[in-house]
Amino acid sequence: MLTWNQFSRIALDGGAITISVFVGAAVLGTALALFFGIMGLSTSQLLRRISRVYVEVTRGASAIVLLFFVAFAVPRLLGFRTADVTITLFGNDVGYLFVAGVVALGLNMGGYGAEVVRGGIQSIPRGQTEASISLSLTTGQRLRHVILPQAVMTMLPPYGNLNIEVMKGTALVSLIALADMTFLASNLRNRRILLDDPPETVVIFGVTLILYFIISQAIALFYRGLERRLGGRWFGGGR
Amino acid sequence: MIPVLAQTGFEQIWDWEVAWDFLPIVARGMFLVTLPATFLGITIAVILGLFLSLLRRSPIRPIRWVTGFVVEFVRSTPLLVQLFFLFYVLPNFGVRMSAFTTLVVGLAVHYGAYTSESYRAGIESVAKGQWEASVALNLSTATKWGRVILPQAIPTVIPALGNYLVAMVKDAPLGVSIGVIGVLGAAVAEASQNFRFVEAYTLVGMLFLAVSIPLAIFARYLETRYGYERT
Repeated sequence: MLTWNQFSRIALDGGAITISVFVGAAVLGTALALFFGIMGLSTSQLLRRISRVYVEVTRGASAIVLLFFVAFAVPRLLGFRTADVTITLFGNDVGYLFVAGVVALGLNMGGYGAEVVRGGIQSIPRGQTEASISLSLTTGQRLRHVILPQAVMTMLPPYGNLNIEVMKGTALVSLIALADMTFLASNLRNRRILLDDPPETVVIFGVTLILYFIISQAIALFYRGLERRLGGRWFGGGR
Repeated sequence: MIPVLAQTGFEQIWDWEVAWDFLPIVARGMFLVTLPATFLGITIAVILGLFLSLLRRSPIRPIRWVTGFVVEFVRSTPLLVQLFFLFYVLPNFGVRMSAFTTLVVGLAVHYGAYTSESYRAGIESVAKGQWEASVALNLSTATKWGRVILPQAIPTVIPALGNYLVAMVKDAPLGVSIGVIGVLGAAVAEASQNFRFVEAYTLVGMLFLAVSIPLAIFARYLETRYGYERT
């Protein structure tokens, strides 16, 4: 069995890191998704190409490879020492590894998210764009006040799924030794084997799986609620 | 020579000779371990997914509930933890699998849950009249599914299956966590011997692009080929 201390180490300490990496990656990923998604619909062919390359590279290179690249290769490429980066989170120094996790997962999410944004914008009838132009709105105003508010409704369901995928993806950071739920769970197993205790892996990994399940369901619930609320706001309650 | 982006003291950032030495090692990991695991995994997942989607339509309610819950659970937990579970927990119950087998089983189960949802959508997209006609013609359950429903449902599912193949290739390097020496395992082992992380992980990234972009094009081809089969 797990003692309370062992459980809280995984669920609370690990959970705090899991959720922080997720939130960081989701914020970065959403910003990148909007940026490159809109860029992918630009009238300039060059900008469209840049967006295409970003999407193909960040999606094609696989989250785990991106993570290893950002964690171990980027410090060498840019020539800084990872030990010099200090970031304190919940009283622990998580350092460069945390940044690497957020950046790698955020880049990956941006690639998938850009496609979601592009699809959402393309689902808006052309008449909306034409009407905005005839009202002489600027491109920025058109996106901000006409297209995006409507596109959000089609984007939300796939965006919510993407959030769950990213949350699941945060388990990867355990492989670069960032102390998230997965890392602390396998740590506990190693420690028990070292101390010749029965490791009881069923309990350790069973509990970890259930914790991830709960977080996933919470995210799903959040986006379902958001869909219901926004549905009323932009479509006069009918949809 | 590519331009040296930054200089860390005395050594070069990118050494072509090192990269050249790494290439056969990581390529071997990719083509002899990671890709075979993926293809085995997707083959099992495609069969398992169909099986699961049929179980979810079982006339017995508890079977439907349990399958539905298992699919939802597998889909909402990380593959990495599932691999740990398979690798470290199952031996307690007398099931011993090599790391490679564990990776294949893990990929198959994880993506089996995903594909079952696609099959479900495909089966539900078969027009109501087809079901009614099967009943009216007094077809047996086997004939109904084998000759009427599935032949119409499966073509609509194929594009989704192609996308899962692409996604699975990118998840296959997770095997490194349980000691599968695939493309990433080989890179980690090599790089930690001489600290040439830049060359090792750049090569792995390139290899992934080289494999996953053609597969994505193949998936897109499946979409145009089967995507609009029925209107």
